[in-house]
Amino acid sequence: MRCYRAHVLVCAGSACVTLGCHPVKEAILEGIKRHRLEEEIKVVETGCMGFCEQGPLIVVYPEGVMYCRVQAEDAAVIVSEHLLKGRVVERLLYRDTDTNKPIPFMKDQPSLSKQIKVAMRNAGFINPEDIEEYIANEGYFALAKVLSGMSPEAVINEIKDSGLRGRGGAGFLTGSKWEFTNKAQGAQKYVVCNGDEGVPGVFMDRSILEGDPHSVIEAMAIAGYAIGADQGYVYVRAEYPLAVEKLRHAINQAREYGFLGYNILGTGFSFELNIRVGAGAFVCGEETALLASIEGRRGTPKPRPPFPANKGLWGAPTLINNVETLASIPPIILKGSDWYASMGTEKSKGTKVFALTGRIKRPGLIEVPMGMPLREIIYDIGGGVLNNKKLKAVLAGGPVGGFIPADYLDVSMDYESVAELGTLIGSGSLSVIDEDTCVVDLVKFFMEFSCEESCGKCTPCREGLKRMLEILTRVTEGKGQERDIEDLERLSDFIKNTALCGLGQAAPSPVLSMLRYFRPEFEAHIRDKHCPASVCAALLDSPCQSA
Amino acid sequence: MAEVTLTIDGVQVTVPKSTTVLDAAENVGIIIPTLCYDPELSKPGACRMCVVEIPGMRNLPASCVTEAADGMVVYTASPAVIKARKTNLELLLANHPADCLNCHKSGECRLQQYAYNYGVDFGAFAGEKHRYPIEDDNPFLVRDLNKCIMCGKCVQACEEIQANSAISVAYRGFDAKVTPAMDYPLSTTEYSNCVFCGNCVAVCPTGALTEKQMLGKGRRWEVEKVRTTCPYCGVGCTFDLNVMNGKVIGVTSTDGDVNGRALCVKGRFGAGFIHHPDRLKTPLIKENGAFMEATWDEAISLVAEKLVGLKKKYGPDAIGVLSSARCTNEENYLMSKFTRAVIGTNNIDHCARL
Ligand SMILES: Cc1cc2nc3c(=O)[nH]c(=O)nc-3n(C[C@H](O)[C@H](O)[C@H](O)COP(=O)(O)O)c2cc1C
Ligand code: SF4
Ligand code: SF4
Ligand code: SF4
Ligand code: FES
Repeated sequence: MRCYRAHVLVCAGSACVTLGCHPVKEAILEGIKRHRLEEEIKVVETGCMGFCEQGPLIVVYPEGVMYCRVQAEDAAVIVSEHLLKGRVVERLLYRDTDTNKPIPFMKDQPSLSKQIKVAMRNAGFINPEDIEEYIANEGYFALAKVLSGMSPEAVINEIKDSGLRGRGGAGFLTGSKWEFTNKAQGAQKYVVCNGDEGVPGVFMDRSILEGDPHSVIEAMAIAGYAIGADQGYVYVRAEYPLAVEKLRHAINQAREYGFLGYNILGTGFSFELNIRVGAGAFVCGEETALLASIEGRRGTPKPRPPFPANKGLWGAPTLINNVETLASIPPIILKGSDWYASMGTEKSKGTKVFALTGRIKRPGLIEVPMGMPLREIIYDIGGGVLNNKKLKAVLAGGPVGGFIPADYLDVSMDYESVAELGTLIGSGSLSVIDEDTCVVDLVKFFMEFSCEESCGKCTPCREGLKRMLEILTRVTEGKGQERDIEDLERLSDFIKNTALCGLGQAAPSPVLSMLRYFRPEFEAHIRDKHCPASVCAALLDSPCQSA
Repeated sequence: MAEVTLTIDGVQVTVPKSTTVLDAAENVGIIIPTLCYDPELSKPGACRMCVVEIPGMRNLPASCVTEAADGMVVYTASPAVIKARKTNLELLLANHPADCLNCHKSGECRLQQYAYNYGVDFGAFAGEKHRYPIEDDNPFLVRDLNKCIMCGKCVQACEEIQANSAISVAYRGFDAKVTPAMDYPLSTTEYSNCVFCGNCVAVCPTGALTEKQMLGKGRRWEVEKVRTTCPYCGVGCTFDLNVMNGKVIGVTSTDGDVNGRALCVKGRFGAGFIHHPDRLKTPLIKENGAFMEATWDEAISLVAEKLVGLKKKYGPDAIGVLSSARCTNEENYLMSKFTRAVIGTNNIDHCARL
């Protein structure tokens, strides 16, 4: 391998691509050529670094200096100043949102100091298109360890002991799921990776698939060995073309290097992997709908049991895990379950990736030990509310989640504590809402989402959500009636208790959460025909009020 | 086979393992309402009418897809269950035309029946209703999707009984609806492979699918049902003639030993000949170039006489017999016997080989 004096990492996650990282990269390459530095400096495209809002991003190693919002015009100065003369270009540095002081080094980023990266360990640090960079970071070591000396039972026990729970939303113990699938009877079994990632605002799965596809491939091969499957599918949503491209490339490389295919590492274990591209429905992330979609059927959920572990893809026992769940597997195998279980709380172990969005100073992807108080996540990592507005609530779980009001900001971010507040960790969406947001309007917006995404199979979700949306629309238009409160409660209760799948069961959550924490605000819309946050246009008393 | 014992509404019941709660309840005479469940079809668990309360289970599970377990306690009519079923019906009715007065299915409609049982009316929720055009451009069935409750039984009947998959669900959420390919009418031969067997009509619990020829000819409760065997072919499907004032107005499925509820287009929709003015009711004998009505005795004697004459003159092998696939097995057997034993030839075949 050749040695370089410096590496320039260009973030090429979807967001940075949109913001124009490729012209920047070209300009840097050109500058390097002009100064004849090709032999000394290597430019590498990485996956998402997690600071999307600051993109296009560039990090120069060995120092680890991070440049933000770099434009093609800036490339020349980065090359001539930094790469040639070793002088940091101050105007392109990230600035602290409060003090405005520049923060040159990536490691000093306030948002990074409290993070521990496990699932996201490689994304943004290695070139996802080069399998050797993955291998150099202990990639495929876990697979080798498993295949060369661990029994399937030992692998399953390691995962069970780690306490890892499914990161796709439900939080089911991963090791137990592997065990069920291992014990299920069937000549053919499958491993499926759920990369549908349909909750708006979350993109950790995309980041991992784009930035570190080999971690998912390696984990799926390990899972195949543990449950006795020789075939796997990665289901990726159609809106993630870059992820599909990187994954396809990585699968081919893994095949070339003998980590996939027949007789892997000469151990007699064989495993093949294919990609299936989704068709743009949130409900296809639900596991039974996802499997129907892979089979080429309309992606609608089926009653469970039977669970996929017993009757999944084409009726065969199938293990289905989320991208982030899988990406956490290789480090657990290598570092041991004790290491993983030492992070987190008693029942929620390890780390979780959250997507910070909404009215927050430093939005992006973060990975923290479970159980971190929400306050630390929002203020220490996220930098607090944008424009120093007052925090009203944090919405957890996206449009099918619920509010964590400002008063509960000290809640420990683990599955149990968050559930007690009537919401869920879900896939890790945390959206900050400030005092200018009308909860009723927001909840109506979420209900629109759920109505759109309902598959229409079961009565409660198909007919019930529609009526809930109509009521919420009426209320925001100033046409709400007293009985609407009762109807909303009744419908929420009914849909939550009787809908066929998790979408319908969770869709009323924002309404229930609003009625639990922001009832006066909701009632004001109906009784006083007044929108306290001055958002609902029909309920503004005078034009000046909305100014 | 292993058995499980559970308690349903205070009654202990023992059933084989993997029996559903719905079936277990039926074993002890507790009938749980269902809209999408059909013992002959796969179970989508879609309508959520059959929900019950099982302490320890999250939510109200659908009994048609919940397996009975040992020690399980089930309440099929607790206040929570009744409330859920009422809301379910209210939602269905909120999106349903209020025209039971003129609906052909009235009296045999599940939705109407449950609305009555649970004391639920139209109009609990105001809002958008479907306004689909009524599809009646084919001679056999009328599809009024405004009355459809999306139970999915028609789709399953078409796929699982008729093995035709002419219809499926298209669109999502509130807009989801059962359609032939590309949302064209069933009669569009370029896109639709519907064979108009009407097996979808037979399973539809509401007035969304009805037999066109019977519309307006009689209310369900006025019609007398006469069980018979289809005359069209040797399969011998059983069905009910629907008789009104001594006249057959149409055919509906019953639970036949041979065919269950399945029928083909001829059996289900081809009863028009019964009262047709052109229908032959007596044998005809041609005399002097014109057909004249005759009695069966006259006709059979004439045929026998001619056959005997031919056989005498030319030998038995001069005679050939062609039987019909529309005859029953027994009739074809008799024909074969008659040909070989009475006429004395092996020259017998039937039309299905042509
Ligand atoms: C409506 C709905 C959407 C879902 N979407 C996703 C998704 O996009 N990604 C995902 O991993 N899991 C999703 N899930 C959860 C999956 O059904 C399943 O629990 C998960 O993929 C299992 O993997 P895990 O145990 O690793 O979390 C969804 C569930 C529901 C009900
Ligand atoms: S709850 Fe909604 S999304 Fe789920 S099966 Fe029912 S209609 Fe489909
Ligand atoms: S009439 Fe027969 S073929 Fe046509 S849609 Fe109905 S079940 Fe299918
Ligand atoms: S047309 Fe009838 S059988 Fe088909 S889904 Fe609608 S109500 Fe059910
Ligand atoms: S009858 Fe059980 S869900 Fe429809």
